[in-house]
Amino acid sequence: MRELTYAQAIREAMCHEMRRDENVFLMGEDVGVYGGAFGVSVGMIEEFGPERVRDTPISEAVIAGAAAGAAVTGMRPIAEIMFSDFITISMDQLVNQAAKIRYMFGGKAKVPMVLRAPAGSGTGAAAQHSQSPEAWYCNVPGLKVVIPSTPADAKGLLISAIRDDNPVLFLEQKLLYRTKGDVPEGEYTVPLGKAAVHREGSDATVITYGRMLPMCMQAAEQLEKEEGISVEIVDPRTLVPLDKETVINSAKKTGRVLIVHEACQTGGFGGELAAVIADSDAFFYLDAPIMRYGGMDVPIPYCPELERNVVPVLENTKKKIIQLVRG
Amino acid sequence: MIQISKQKLEEMYEKMLLTRYFEEKVAYFFSMGMVHGTTHLYVGEEATATGVCCALEPQDLIASTHRGHGHCISKGIDLNRMMAELLGKESGYCKGKGGSMHIADLGRGNLGANGVVGGGIPLAVGAALTTKMKKIDRIVVGFFGDGATNQGTFHESLNLASIWKLPVLFVCEDNKYGISMSRFRSMNVSDIAVRASSYGMPGKTIDGNDVIAVYEETKKARDYVRENGPMLLVCDTYRYLGHSKSDANVYRTKEEIAEWKAKDPIKRMRAYLLENGAFSEAEIKSVEEKAKRSIEDAVEFAQKSPYPSIDTIMDDVYA
Repeated sequence: MRELTYAQAIREAMCHEMRRDENVFLMGEDVGVYGGAFGVSVGMIEEFGPERVRDTPISEAVIAGAAAGAAVTGMRPIAEIMFSDFITISMDQLVNQAAKIRYMFGGKAKVPMVLRAPAGSGTGAAAQHSQSPEAWYCNVPGLKVVIPSTPADAKGLLISAIRDDNPVLFLEQKLLYRTKGDVPEGEYTVPLGKAAVHREGSDATVITYGRMLPMCMQAAEQLEKEEGISVEIVDPRTLVPLDKETVINSAKKTGRVLIVHEACQTGGFGGELAAVIADSDAFFYLDAPIMRYGGMDVPIPYCPELERNVVPVLENTKKKIIQLVRG
Repeated sequence: MIQISKQKLEEMYEKMLLTRYFEEKVAYFFSMGMVHGTTHLYVGEEATATGVCCALEPQDLIASTHRGHGHCISKGIDLNRMMAELLGKESGYCKGKGGSMHIADLGRGNLGANGVVGGGIPLAVGAALTTKMKKIDRIVVGFFGDGATNQGTFHESLNLASIWKLPVLFVCEDNKYGISMSRFRSMNVSDIAVRASSYGMPGKTIDGNDVIAVYEETKKARDYVRENGPMLLVCDTYRYLGHSKSDANVYRTKEEIAEWKAKDPIKRMRAYLLENGAFSEAEIKSVEEKAKRSIEDAVEFAQKSPYPSIDTIMDDVYA
């Protein structure tokens, strides 16, 4: 297997599907010759031309809405929103139109579209370009919400998302774009709704996703060596649909759970994960209260030192795991 | 003048009548408490939906609005299933889950009514994008009201359709009010069609209460849109009834309503059919009777249909 970056893996997934299915196309701001704000679509316009790699005006509402309209009538659009923060401008089209069309129409329509958008802080872009808004969309029946954490998952999940007959929000992680990993060549899919256990362990479970995954893996490896604590790491990969079984089974296995995500803790997806465990028979296996470690409940600040500290960091994650295990 | 066949004239008169009778029945059901929720009636505006939709080809698509009964009926619909949807029945177009604001008939090219003002315009643009990319010989009509032209989606959609030269005809039904807000207070242009110039597309305002004029202008617009890309057609019309089921009309005068009722599109069509000698009084009465019967049949079908089972609540959230 060869290594690709997370961004290259996303591009490979799009190209693979566009070669395979003429109904798949990409549209968004600066996705053409510019290659996308983060360079994800570099070179695609050369292969597929401006008809299938469409530069749009700065019009997030109609980008999402036109994708929905094209999807209902037989295309499989991939729409890129430059920053996930800007999906607020697409909100009606995504939430009231794309997500509800099938149900409102009594199951007659399909809306096979993917809305790709980079999420997360760490780029010094401050409060309007750094959010992790995934939990908002998990509250919208009809949408699927995917957050890949590795290059291989980025490819496999995106191919599955493009082939899915529902609107899928695909939240890419800005700080992972340049990370490298083994990625299978050619046809490679990862099913939506299947979690990954990245590391087996027996003392505690850390449930995490997105760019918090590498940080939590590092915490687990260090704790193994430094403290002899064995941490299992579960990455749901898709928040909707959620692989409850894997989450619950891991909680039962270790009896101790820490949930880590970058998004603000209040109202974040960690609350849902905690509730899924507490509502299940895993409750009877718990040896400690379920802990959450989310981002602080503030807009993302600009100053690098402040920005680094509003989201979960390695040292605190280790401390929380130790506290979880040793009380 | 485009030559319009007798059959087409009859079809247009019948569709306007069906829309009027359908809605009179719906208003009655509401007053009797037999339909819940809300509905937005199109009474007074029938010539616009009928004139536009009857000028389209069967493969053409429409995206409708919250005030969409006229579009549904004029594009061709199964009235039984439409009435059943309003009564929330399983046999309805949306299995009782959409109601008046979400009726869609994809098989006949109706991409659905829409509960959000301006919400359907981007969908029409997307459908037109499919049309262009797949090189399908059809156009898409995006309906919306005067109020929607103040929404961001109007601006984004017309601009995108224009730069991509998409085959979409934007039809603004200028019925003069967004709920209570007169459009003469909500924008500082007297003619909505001038807004088209911002997007480098033609815009034209026509008499939306004259079904023949609407039909002819839509035919011409359809030809234009297929060849050249989008156009904005503004139909000057008026809503007689309130915005939704209850409305005391405090924002307008009785005189204003009476003035528009004197220009009633159905009365005008009837007079036209008689005057130009194409139809006898007996023929017209026969069309009227047939339309009334169709609505009575639809009511009977809808009332006899069962409500959906509670077991179906979770069906069709995902494909």
